[in-house]
Amino acid sequence: MANRLTISELASRLERGELTSRQATQACLDRIAAVDSQIHAFLSLDAEDALAQADAADRRRASGERGPLLGVPVAVKDVIAVKGHRLTCASKILGQFVSPYDATVIEKLKAAGAVVFGRLNMDEFAMGSSTENSAFGPTRNPWDLERAPGGSSGGSAAAVAADECVAALGSDTGGSVRQPAAFCGCVGLKPTYGRVSRYGLVAYASSLDQIGPVTKTVRDAAILAEVISGHDVRDSTSLPHPVPRYSSALTDDLSLKGMKIGLPKEYQGGGLDSEVKTAVDDAVKQLAALGADVMEISLPHTDYAIATYYIIATAEASANLARFDGIRYGARKDGSDPIELYKNTRGAGFGPEVKRRIILGTYVLSSGYYDAYYLRAMKVRTRIREDFLRAFEKVDVIVTPTSPTPAFRLGEKTGNPLQMYLADIFTISCNLAGLCGISVPCGFSSRPRLPVGLQFLGRPLGEEAILKAAHAYEQSTPWHKEKPVLPT
Amino acid sequence: MAASDFDVRYVAHLARLALTPAEEAEFGAQLADVLAYMEQLKKVDVTGISPTAHPFPLHNVTRPDVVQPSLPTSEALRNAPASADGLFLAPKIVE
Repeated sequence: MANRLTISELASRLERGELTSRQATQACLDRIAAVDSQIHAFLSLDAEDALAQADAADRRRASGERGPLLGVPVAVKDVIAVKGHRLTCASKILGQFVSPYDATVIEKLKAAGAVVFGRLNMDEFAMGSSTENSAFGPTRNPWDLERAPGGSSGGSAAAVAADECVAALGSDTGGSVRQPAAFCGCVGLKPTYGRVSRYGLVAYASSLDQIGPVTKTVRDAAILAEVISGHDVRDSTSLPHPVPRYSSALTDDLSLKGMKIGLPKEYQGGGLDSEVKTAVDDAVKQLAALGADVMEISLPHTDYAIATYYIIATAEASANLARFDGIRYGARKDGSDPIELYKNTRGAGFGPEVKRRIILGTYVLSSGYYDAYYLRAMKVRTRIREDFLRAFEKVDVIVTPTSPTPAFRLGEKTGNPLQMYLADIFTISCNLAGLCGISVPCGFSSRPRLPVGLQFLGRPLGEEAILKAAHAYEQSTPWHKEKPVLPT
Repeated sequence: MAASDFDVRYVAHLARLALTPAEEAEFGAQLADVLAYMEQLKKVDVTGISPTAHPFPLHNVTRPDVVQPSLPTSEALRNAPASADGLFLAPKIVE
């Protein structure tokens, strides 16, 4: 049952020689064979390649190498390039695309000896909050197969929750790591913008995208973040600041004495479910019991975050996705002239949500509308960022629900894009303001029993503070120990 | 901000997207709702506020101008829908 272990548990078993990476990897593959037909977290998988990497990791260990990820199976969202593997972004438009190079995060994972395997399902081009926008069918929530796993990294969160892998990578543009982690009862970390290289991450909204870990514990998120973070000359937005040893700051001392935690008064609305509110209120009491100094703060521009986000993100998306034109890669649908070829290729290749966002983004950038929509949204973004920086003068960490509700039913919001967008209210500002954020389990709804997520937001490069608070909360509560029960 | 003059067919043309008549009707209605929602940004006072393009601005990012290995032509062409003689094949642009 090595697939059920956390990164740190597996690392110590590997270290003690009680397990090999091959056994751990095989356990993940067996689990996938047993349950993934119900969950559909994986779009594709090369078992032979995974086992070959595991054997190589076992040989590296035998020759004396050590490391927290050596031999640990990590699955990857299908938006991050892994050399020689398919890359679809859960879209038909990429056809049979095979990545010609590794993303920087993948180079780093391979150098650390992780077994990098599997292509995890997602909303097409990471556009969505439920994984229902995948061109290859939705992923199901392991806690209730009739419900969405969240999105866009729904495959990553479902695979971790169902123990189909030890940890996974996702990407987060407006909550796409944190919200699915909340829906599936796992941990999701969005690092500060620029902390992790985006080289080899297919771009959705370049000023908002970050790659982040989806894991079973906060410690595991710290371990993975430590490995994938750092400056990269191939990403000119990557930050030169040295990477702290995130995991060594997480000790058995769970005291939060001296830490100031802010609760935004504006985050009480937004269609907040009463059971989510109760779980978060109880979590805040627990943080106070651990010694934190809890106070109310104000983020006055909260109401404008969703409109701002959906203008900026779609504008950037409309430019980024212009490259999918049927000429250099991917599927092609011919036309009598180049324009018709582009239109036919893109009309046949993109799904409905991607088309909506490209159209919206094109409109807000178009002549006569640029100032009224895009430029104004960039200015409101400044206001939103100032709100947070002002709040962080008073507090170290901000605590909110991750999502206003637990996992919703498949199909519940697909007919109404605006309703789907409004569900991102608590996660979106973090990306607009360039903050870091983490979601951890903080309880369950009653009927049905579904996980609830608690979000910690930190100042830019404030990963250590949110990891410390999230770790103390997690280790002093039972929620992370509970697993979904799947018929096998 | 007059969302009422939002013409989905024209914008889809600008974006090089072929839409079916059903998609035009559906997206047109849905995006009109979304644009109406965006109207609330008019309420924010942005006088004298600079726009944020990147949340963590870095300036003058440079690297040494050194030749680095790049993808061989054969690799760069491997995912092309059509290629010949080491080139991408595209439809005729100039008569």
